[in-house]
Amino acid sequence: MATDLTPRVTTELDYAGAERLTMNMGPQHPSAHGVFRAILTLEGETVVGVDAVIGYLHRCHEKLAETLAYVQYPSIASKTDYVAAMTSELAYVMAAERIAKIEVPKRAEHLRVLVAELQRVASHCLWLGTWCMDMGGALGGGATIFLYCIRERELVLDLFEKLTGARLLYGFHQVGGVRYDMPEGFAADCRQTIDLIEARLLEYEAMLEDNTFFLMRTKGVGVISRQLAEEVGISGPLLRASGVDFDLRRDAPYSSYQDFQFKVPVETDGDCLARYRVRMVEFRESIRIVRQILDGLPEGPISSRPGVKAVAQVRVPKGETYTRVEGPRGEVGCYLIADGGPKPYRMKWRGASFSNLAVLPFIIPGHSVADVVAIMGSVDPVFGEVDR
Amino acid sequence: MIVPFIKGFANTFKHMFRKPISVNYPDEKVPTFPRYRGKQVLMRDENGLEKCVACGLCAVACPADAIYLEAAENNGTVQAGPRYAELYQIHKTRCIFCGYCEEACPVSAIFMGKDYELAVYSNQDFIWDKTELLVAAPGTPPASQAR
Repeated sequence: MATDLTPRVTTELDYAGAERLTMNMGPQHPSAHGVFRAILTLEGETVVGVDAVIGYLHRCHEKLAETLAYVQYPSIASKTDYVAAMTSELAYVMAAERIAKIEVPKRAEHLRVLVAELQRVASHCLWLGTWCMDMGGALGGGATIFLYCIRERELVLDLFEKLTGARLLYGFHQVGGVRYDMPEGFAADCRQTIDLIEARLLEYEAMLEDNTFFLMRTKGVGVISRQLAEEVGISGPLLRASGVDFDLRRDAPYSSYQDFQFKVPVETDGDCLARYRVRMVEFRESIRIVRQILDGLPEGPISSRPGVKAVAQVRVPKGETYTRVEGPRGEVGCYLIADGGPKPYRMKWRGASFSNLAVLPFIIPGHSVADVVAIMGSVDPVFGEVDR
Repeated sequence: MIVPFIKGFANTFKHMFRKPISVNYPDEKVPTFPRYRGKQVLMRDENGLEKCVACGLCAVACPADAIYLEAAENNGTVQAGPRYAELYQIHKTRCIFCGYCEEACPVSAIFMGKDYELAVYSNQDFIWDKTELLVAAPGTPPASQAR
């Protein structure tokens, strides 16, 4: 195919006398949170169109699942959404357990909720830090919040290292339970860490909440109306910031979420500030759930096959199911078809970021280029999960 | 208008008197926790014989296909049992440090060690073989010190 070498000149003079400009943002853009290419059409400083190009991080996760046994894949599942590795592992093992009708012991269920909520805290820390850094110097040196948030996230990762032996990609879940029980002194460390993070949240809020520049960058920027949110099918904090009161943890309880009390924050504005507020409340609610778990952790086995190694094969009969989990970014779903063999016949991920990203072309046009990064940061995409 | 800025700067100012959390990395190492899953180690038993019996369960359990081994009968020249792994390779760039090899091993021959400094200068060095994985035989200097 012959390549068109003429420089691309667009001469649509349909607005006040200047020409439109096509600009690539990404795939290697420092504020894109990953390899994401947005083709922006600009009229001066204003964005009038966005084309999203994804797929730079595609790793054939769904095909890979067909080649790995049910006991092997959980350690790989964490690599779809590497910022919140625990949630995708949970979705996969839940799907296998539902088909195989495996009863998971109560202690394992509580440990799963514990790590899922700690993971939400860690993921939201990373979101807040990177988002504030994207918006940059306006916040009195945007890297300040970033470093503070990373510092607190490290504490959660230390907890995960104590529990599982890994800091980012854990392999904590196994079909029928969890692989590791809490080590000596973990509960005390955990309490200390969440107390510290709760106190530090006040520091972040003191720096951001009333900051004029922060409000200018976020208030009324990237408004997702309730109708748009429902039509596009976004989920998670974005959906709740647009006024839809929906949280899978409460509305379709999985694992053992029915045992815990927590509030689901809802904001109606649908702008970046509303999304920030929703996530700040989620921080606290996650911490509250962690406290409840630590207070009443039941004794007992941590796996449905106590004493059996995690790599021992499980028998999953023929069947198919869809499980969904409320991850930090929204609904993480796993559709699993089993044909009775040691490996799944087919597996499909529903990535929360993938669906959330679909809202960008509706909300970005009309904003300036600087707002694009603010909006994208507030959507909180993780491209490992988008491309899978 | 000005009050929020004062609040924010007071916050950052307070941090000047806090203990720094950063670590002077190459000089000062971050300690790992007991469960840390780092570079694998092949063990020897109390008589100094290699524990590995080359059953290949680790290679089967490995989700990333990182382990390759060849079994051989011991003709008496190797400090090992009657059947041992003549060739035992772990591909460093494939290994995901999940720890399934450790769980699968029936004779507790392979363990996840604590070494996390795994950078190398050449792509030939991406494969760990027995000289790097196996703990040194009693009475011999460790062979894996060459970097």
